[in-house]
Amino acid sequence: MKLAISMAGDTLEAAFDARFGRAPFFVLVDSESGEWTCLPNPALEADGGAGVRAAQFLASQGAQAVVSGAYGPKAWTTLHAAGLRTLLAPEGQDALIGRQLLDQFRAGALRAAEAASHDGHHGG
Amino acid sequence: MRVVVASGKGGTGKTTLATALAQVAAETQAVRVLDCDVEAPNAALFLHPQWSSGAEVTRPVPRVDAERCTACGRCAEVCRFNALAVVGGAVLVFDDLCHGCGRCTWICPEQAIHEEPLTVGRIEAGWTPEGIDLAQGLLRIGQPMGLPVLRALKHWPPTTESASVSVSARPSPWIEIRDAPPGASCPVVETLRGADAVILVTEPTAFGLHDLRQVVGIVQELGLPAWVVINRDGIGQAPIDAYCAEQGLPIALRLPLERRLAEALARGQSLLAAAPEYRPAIRHLLERLRCEVSGA
Repeated sequence: MKLAISMAGDTLEAAFDARFGRAPFFVLVDSESGEWTCLPNPALEADGGAGVRAAQFLASQGAQAVVSGAYGPKAWTTLHAAGLRTLLAPEGQDALIGRQLLDQFRAGALRAAEAASHDGHHGG
Repeated sequence: MRVVVASGKGGTGKTTLATALAQVAAETQAVRVLDCDVEAPNAALFLHPQWSSGAEVTRPVPRVDAERCTACGRCAEVCRFNALAVVGGAVLVFDDLCHGCGRCTWICPEQAIHEEPLTVGRIEAGWTPEGIDLAQGLLRIGQPMGLPVLRALKHWPPTTESASVSVSARPSPWIEIRDAPPGASCPVVETLRGADAVILVTEPTAFGLHDLRQVVGIVQELGLPAWVVINRDGIGQAPIDAYCAEQGLPIALRLPLERRLAEALARGQSLLAAAPEYRPAIRHLLERLRCEVSGA
């Protein structure tokens, strides 16, 4: 499965970023082979609707599941309309790196986000 | 003459001063008050108008005809607010993010998008017992953007032939007083746009000074003449005088911190009803604006 993880840095060994729409990078990793590429988040500088834009971007890149720390309502709606699974990194483990989340995904340890996890933010 | 009463910080006394200015001005001239704080208008609490007219405010939002749409994605591409998403062969529209620019509707190769009005608030207008023409904007609960309501308020009443006649029939001199929203964001800039003069109400506290700096930045950017009114003088030690001197901002009036004023205002009394001795000072401020604003 093609998994997208929101990241603070541009490798699989970099720190995870719990924000979805405003994470600087997404690491796109094949959960079976472990092959990965890193993509800068095109929504980083968006005036508003960063989650919507990031969700569309990941769908266009062929991601099938996302790992992040929180999803706003518009990001959640867009990800689900695009058929992506929304997974949550475990809470309270701030220092996680991308590879650890990949391992947790492979172990089936990541919880699915049942709904948007916050009310979203308004830009502009 | 159009005067904006702004402050940066909320709860500083904008409405107290704006309503007092309006009441004094109404003794000799036609006065219009626009309560531009569309998230929480409160000038009416002090001016007690009889609402006599109003209108819904809408903004256009895109609606997609699924029959015609090919999910080509052009609409989402051109939307700089990310209000549309094309995923899974369908278009999602997020009304909260839409600024109503119409680009998506215009660009759609299949002409599958049209715009529908979404009600975002309303304008209420009426007259106070002393003959002040008061209008306020009310943003609908849950709506994220106040600007459409604010813009409709600034253009109230909607231009019709009869309205343009009544404008030219306004007695001269004529004054419009805009009570600005708190803060230093887009709605404050929109309130300031088109004004001839600004009164900046502040209080001598660290918060007051901090927020005053923010709004002074905007006022200077817009090139508007401004005067400072210090409210609750005596409440704190922030160096407002030094800052104003440095910026070349005249301090036009000081209102001391007085418990009886706070009590009266909390009961919905206007400043002038509670403390009529301030009438000459307010009148003096008004005269000063009138003399110093060119073309007024």
